[in-house]
Order: sequence, then structure tokens, then C-alpha cells
Amino acid sequence: MPQDEHREGIKGMANPSRYGIERVAYWLMRLSGLGLLAYFVAHIYETSNILRGQVGWDEFLELTQTTEGHIFLGIVIAMCVFHTVNGIRVMLGHGGVGIGKPARPDYPYEPASQNYRHKIGIYSAILLAAIAMMYGLAVMFGE
Amino acid sequence: MAQISSIANEQTSTPLSSSKSITLRISRFNPEHDGSSRFMEFSVPVEKWTTVLEAILEVKKHFDHSVAVRYSCRQATCGSCGMIINGKPRLACFTKISELNSDVITVEPMNNFPIIRDLAVKFEKLFDTHQKIKPYLIRDDTELVSDEKEFLQSPEEVEQYIQFANCIKCGLCNSACPTMATDSSFIGPQALAQAYRYVADSRDKGKDSRLKIIDDSHGIWRCHFAGSCSQVCPKGVDPAMGIQLLRGYLLGFRS
Repeated sequence: MPQDEHREGIKGMANPSRYGIERVAYWLMRLSGLGLLAYFVAHIYETSNILRGQVGWDEFLELTQTTEGHIFLGIVIAMCVFHTVNGIRVMLGHGGVGIGKPARPDYPYEPASQNYRHKIGIYSAILLAAIAMMYGLAVMFGE
Repeated sequence: MAQISSIANEQTSTPLSSSKSITLRISRFNPEHDGSSRFMEFSVPVEKWTTVLEAILEVKKHFDHSVAVRYSCRQATCGSCGMIINGKPRLACFTKISELNSDVITVEPMNNFPIIRDLAVKFEKLFDTHQKIKPYLIRDDTELVSDEKEFLQSPEEVEQYIQFANCIKCGLCNSACPTMATDSSFIGPQALAQAYRYVADSRDKGKDSRLKIIDDSHGIWRCHFAGSCSQVCPKGVDPAMGIQLLRGYLLGFRS
């Protein structure tokens, strides 16, 4: 990034540590979105193996039956659940739901849009993603 | 490159009425001849009530007068002294050193603004985007030709926008915004919050023209509701709320 612009760049955008759980949710949302996009592309490639016939299909499917394959799918489940639940929260926020009402601010100026409803939404998304991932891993490794 | 100022070390024994001192790390950068920024460290005596701006002015007065910093009112009204203090955008005059709970205070110029020198940044882009959203009442009639001397509003109508009228154009929200960090064309939370301020004003008739300006690929749709802008606002403006409410007009939730 050129010094004359002095922009934080991707490093600053991706730094989730300074602005509370909302910025962490923003970071996880972007990360999971990119991860799911990568999975979508990989999934199209994977399913295209059916063109190689039954043997080719079975060969490729075996990749997901390994320990690494199970962990990979567990992460995909977590990304999918987090992105869905947090996405609903963000969409509701975009529609003006749960962000409070304009009012004269009083010191110390706690922003109404960063209220407990959205914090509960974020923590719920993280918790549900963790539970779904653990359940998925339990099912896959329990086979 | 951290550099201990020998002048500072020599003069810390200056008889100032304080038992405590902190290390103030100031980012130094002159775009005319520096390739990158560096830090200079000063030991500054502080009291419980000392603000970061006062500590910087102490450095200017006793140690190094060449430190460039913009300030004016010293009471969080003019919006001049925004800077990154210990990693977060804050007003230097509104931040007491005692509330930072650290013996080392690092001050840097605000992110996402071109640096003039040291801690002073250029505000041209901020003012341009602010002007772009037409920050004034738009109506066909005016007070000069109307029979009424004032455009009357109920207290409820005032409540709709008064919070957003507190903006002092300090730029902290733009500095904290993750979209501003990567998108140089993004209009920014400051301008978007001000667009809401006028759209929500019952006296204003320029809603459609403002919505047209912000309904752009680098406009309101680039906000992802990270909320960092609201967390750093020193006046309680809550730009994130204003932006989401503004988006409601474009999505048809509000009229």
C-alpha cells in the first residue's frame, strides 16, 4: 500500500483484535465466505469426477474418508453454519432489525447498534458452528 | 525503527509536578524525505488527568518542537486531534493517559488518510465525500420567502436525526472502518451517517437525490456492518446504525 494513501490494507482489515466481537464476526464472515467459495469450486471439481465412471468416482470419494478429509469436511460444516447464522443476523441488521433507535446520546456513548441482541447473535453463530462441527466429526469418525 | 531521544532523556529531570512518568512513542514521518515512518520515544511526566494531547504538547514544549500535530479546541468539539492511540483511533484531547492503563503510549497518524507529517493527516477526501452527500437542507422554499420564520419540528422528529448531527468530522470512523482500509473509493461511514442525518430530517426534501448518490458500487453496499465506526466515535453518533437505517430506505423497509 503506498505510503501517501496510508491505508491499513488487508492486514488492517483482517485484524480482528481491536474492535470487539463485532469485528471478529466480520472477520469470520469474510473468512468463511471465502472458504465456502473455495469449497464450492472444489465440490464442482469433485462431482465432475462422475464423468470418469464408477471407479473414478469411488477413487475420488475415498479422499473424504481419510482423517484429513474428515477434518476438512468438519471445517466446512462449521463455516457453513457460522456463515448462515451470522448472515441472518447481518441481514436483519441491514434491514434495521435489532439495531436500536436514534436518540440523544449520553456519555460514555455506548453505540446502540452494537447491543446485546447482536452480541448474542454472534456468540450463537459461533456456538452453533462449533456444535455442528463436533457433531459432524463425531458422525464421520464414528463410522 | 525505534529511537530514544537523547534530548528527552536529558530533560526528564525538568522539575515538573508529577511523581509518575510514561513513555510516549510518537510516529515520525515526513513524506518529503522519509521512506518510512519511525518512532521517537520521550519520557513524559503525567498526572491522573493528563490527556494524550497534553503529553504531546509537553513533548513539543520541552523536548522536540518539530513534532507535527493538529489540534484546536482541546475539548472534543473541533475534531482536529484524531490519531491512533495504542492501536485504536481516538481523539488525543479526549483520551486520558490514566484510562489507557499502560506506561507506554504509542501515537500514530490515523489510518486511511494521507499523512501530511508525523501525526497530521489530510482531510480533503473526508470533506469531499461529506460535501458529496449534500450536507444541507434541500427544499424548494426557503426561510427567506416563507411566511413562517422557522421550519417547525416536533421533538419526535428531532430525535430521528439529532444524534447524527453531533458529528464533528474528526475522521475516526473512517480510520477504523475495515472497508476503508482496502477500498479507496468507498464513500465511508462519516458521509453515509451524514446522509442519514439529512434524509431523516423532516424539513429536508432531498432524500431521492441523496439516495441516488449513495446507491453506488462504492457506496452504501460496501458497508458490512462491522460496527468499528460506532465503537470509536467520540460523540456517540453511531454511524453503523445510521447506515443500516439508511439502507432501509433503499431496501424499501422505510419510506
